[in-house]
Amino acid sequence: MVLNQFLFLAAALFCIGVYGVLARRNGVLVLMSIELMLNAVNINLVAFGAFRHNVAGQVFALFIIAVAAAEVGVGLAIVLLIYRNRSSIDLDQADLMKG
Amino acid sequence: MLAKAWLIPLIPAVSFWLILLFGKRLPAKGSELGIGAVGVSCVLSLLCAAKWLSMSEPREAVVKRVQWFKIGGVDVHAGIHVDGLTVMMLIVVTFISLMVHVYSVGYMHGDRRFTFFYAALSLFTASMLLLVVADNLLQLLIGWELVGLCSFMLIGHWWEEQVNSDAAIKAFLTTRVGDVGLTLGIIVLFFAAGHSFEIERINGLALTGGISHGIVLLAGVLLFMGVMGKSAQFPLHVWLPDAMAGPTPVSALIHAATMVVAGVYLVARVYGVFFTGFSIYAGGVNYVAVIGGITVIIAAALAFVQDDIKRVLAYSTISQLGYMIMALGVGAWTAGIFHLFTHAFFKALLFLGSGSVIHAVHSNNMSDMGGLRKPMPTTFRTFIIGSLALAGIFPLAGFFSKDEILLGAAKNGYPLFFWVGLIGAAMTAAYMTRACYLTFFGEYRGHGHPHESPPSMAVPLRILAVLSVVAGWLSTPLAGRLRFSHWAKFEIRGLPEFLPEHAFSFPHAGASLAIAFLGIGVAAGYYFRDLGPHGLTRRSALARGGYRLLENKYYLDTLYINGIIRSIQYPIARAAYWVDQNVIDGIVNGVAVMSRRLAHVVYDVIDQKVVDGLVNGAGLTAEEGGSILRLIQTGRVQQYAAVLFAAAVLFAAALVIWV
Repeated sequence: MVLNQFLFLAAALFCIGVYGVLARRNGVLVLMSIELMLNAVNINLVAFGAFRHNVAGQVFALFIIAVAAAEVGVGLAIVLLIYRNRSSIDLDQADLMKG
Repeated sequence: MLAKAWLIPLIPAVSFWLILLFGKRLPAKGSELGIGAVGVSCVLSLLCAAKWLSMSEPREAVVKRVQWFKIGGVDVHAGIHVDGLTVMMLIVVTFISLMVHVYSVGYMHGDRRFTFFYAALSLFTASMLLLVVADNLLQLLIGWELVGLCSFMLIGHWWEEQVNSDAAIKAFLTTRVGDVGLTLGIIVLFFAAGHSFEIERINGLALTGGISHGIVLLAGVLLFMGVMGKSAQFPLHVWLPDAMAGPTPVSALIHAATMVVAGVYLVARVYGVFFTGFSIYAGGVNYVAVIGGITVIIAAALAFVQDDIKRVLAYSTISQLGYMIMALGVGAWTAGIFHLFTHAFFKALLFLGSGSVIHAVHSNNMSDMGGLRKPMPTTFRTFIIGSLALAGIFPLAGFFSKDEILLGAAKNGYPLFFWVGLIGAAMTAAYMTRACYLTFFGEYRGHGHPHESPPSMAVPLRILAVLSVVAGWLSTPLAGRLRFSHWAKFEIRGLPEFLPEHAFSFPHAGASLAIAFLGIGVAAGYYFRDLGPHGLTRRSALARGGYRLLENKYYLDTLYINGIIRSIQYPIARAAYWVDQNVIDGIVNGVAVMSRRLAHVVYDVIDQKVVDGLVNGAGLTAEEGGSILRLIQTGRVQQYAAVLFAAAVLFAAALVIWV
C-alpha cells in the first residue's frame, strides 16, 4: 500500500484549511475551513491505521467526526448570534477583545 | 545578744514602713506600732547593756559583719560594732525615743499628720541606731544623713507656716555645709587606711602612726566640719535655735538628746584620728577644744536674751554640746560621753517640760507665762529638777559629768579650758534661773487658764526626772560594777590604755559647785529680789551695744545671709541665666535648626527622589509595558491564529532541523 499519496492529500487539505481560517472574513467559511483541517487529520489517521493494520486509527477518526459535528454546531450557533447582534458575520469587525 | 544588736535598728525601721503603710487604719493611728517597736528596741538595748556589763574585763568589742558590696576589688562590709560607747548610745537613744513616743501621744493628739509624725520618729530612731552600731564610716554616713533627713522632715512638720519650712531648710543646708567636710574626711581616711572604711582599723592606724600625721590632721579637720554642723558648734550652730520650729517632742528627741550628739559620738568613735591629728595628748590649746570652748560661752550668753523658752533650751543645748566637744578636745573622753549620757536625760526632761508648759499656755514665749508653779505642779517640780541638773548642782546628774570635764581639763594640761568651763557653768546656772523665774514664778501674764498636762505627758517627765537625779551617781565608786568609766572607755584592740583617769577631786568639785551657786544666786537676786542694776541697757551705751549684739545672735545670721548667701546667690543666678540663655538655648536651637535642615534633605532627596522615583518608576514601567503589549492584542481571532500557526511552524521546523 502506498502511504505518501494520502499524506500529501491530507497535507494539501490541511494547508487549504489553514489558509481558509486565516484569510477568510466570513465566519461560516472559517468554520468550514476548520472542518477541512479536521478532515485532513482524519485522512492521516485512517491512512496510518490501514498502513499499520491497526483499527485504532479508524476509531479515532470516528471520534473526531463526532466531536467535529458538535463543534460545528456550537460554532454555527455563535455565528448566528453574532449575525443577530451586529447584522454581519465579518470576523474583522468582531474585535471587541481589542486591548 | 551583742551580736544580735543589728535587730535594734531594724525593728524601728520595719515599724517605719508599717506605720507609713497601715498606720492610718490602726485604732491609735500608728502610735502603738511606734511605741511598741521602740519599746522592744529599748528592752533589747538594756539586754545588750546587761550582757556587756556581765562580760569579764578586759571586754572586747563584739564585731559582726557581712559583705555589703564589692567594687573595684574593694570589699565593703556592713556590720555592727558593739562596745561600751555603743551600748551607752543604744540605751540613750532608745530610752529617750521611747519617752518621746509616749509623750507625743498626748502632745500631738489630733494633729493632722499624726501618723506621719510617728513614722518619721520611727525612721529617725532607726537611723540614729544605725549610725550608733555602725562599724564602718560608710554605714555611719548613711545613718548620719538619714538622721539629717528626719530632722528636716520633723522641723518642717507644720510646714504650712513659712517660718517652719524655712527653719527646716536652714537646718538641712547648714548641716550640709559640714557634711561636705565629713564626706571628704571619710574619703581621705578610706584611702589613707588602705581602702577601708573600718573604724577600728582607722583608729588603730591613726594612733600607731600607720597614717602620716598630715593626713590624719587633714582628715580630722574635715570630719570636724561635719561635727560642727551636726552638733551645732560655732560657727555652724545657727540652725539649732531655728529648729525649735518643730514640735516640742522632736526638739527633745532630736535637737537635744540624740541627733545633735551624733557629732559628739563621731568624735568619740573615731577618737584616734582626733587624738593624733590635733595632738590632744600635748595639752595647751587645740582646735577641737577651742571650738568647744567658744561654743560653751557664746551659746550660754545668747540664752540670756531669748524670750522663747525653747530657744533658751536650744542655746543651752549648744552650750552643753560645746562642753562635750571641749571634753573630747582636752582628752577627757569618758567625761565627754558621760556628759552626753546625763545631758540626754535632763535636757529631754527640760524640753518635754517646756512642751508641757507650751501645751498649757499655747505660746512659746516666756512673756506669756509666769506663775505656773501652782496650776502645773508636776511640770514645775520636774522642770526645776532638770534645771538644777543642768546647772550642775549636787547630787544631780549634771554635777558629776560637768565636774569630770572640768577636772579632765585641769589635769590634762588645759587650764584655759578649766576656766572656760567654770564661766560656762556660772552662766548656765544663771540663765536657767532666769528661765525658771520667768516661767513658773511671778504673775501669770498669758491668756486663759493653764492646766496640768495629761498622764501620757506627765509620766515621761517623772521618769526622766528620776533619771536626772540618779544618772550622775554612775560615775561614783558607789555604782560598783555599773561604774561608767569601767564599762565605757575608748579602747583599741592591741593598744594599751592611753587616756588618763582621774580620781574625784574635792577642790575642783567644790569650785564648780560654788560657781553654779554663784550663778544661781546672782540671777535669783536680779530676778526674784529685784537687786542689781536694772535698766542698765537704757543708761549705758556699752551694755546696750552688748545686748543688741546678743539679740542679733552676733550678727552671724546676717553675715551668712548677706555675706555668703547673697554674694554667691546672685552671681550664680546670673551665671545660670547666662548659661541658660546662651549655652542651653543655643544647644536647643541648634538641635532644632539641625533637625529642620536634615528634614529638608530627607524630604527633597530621599522622599521626593528615591522613594517617589521608585513608586512612579514602577507605575510608569507597567504603563509603558502595557501600552507596548496592547499593540499585539488586536482582538482579531484570525491574527491570533496566524501567530499560533506561525509558532507551530517554527517549532516544527526546529524539531525537524535539530532533532
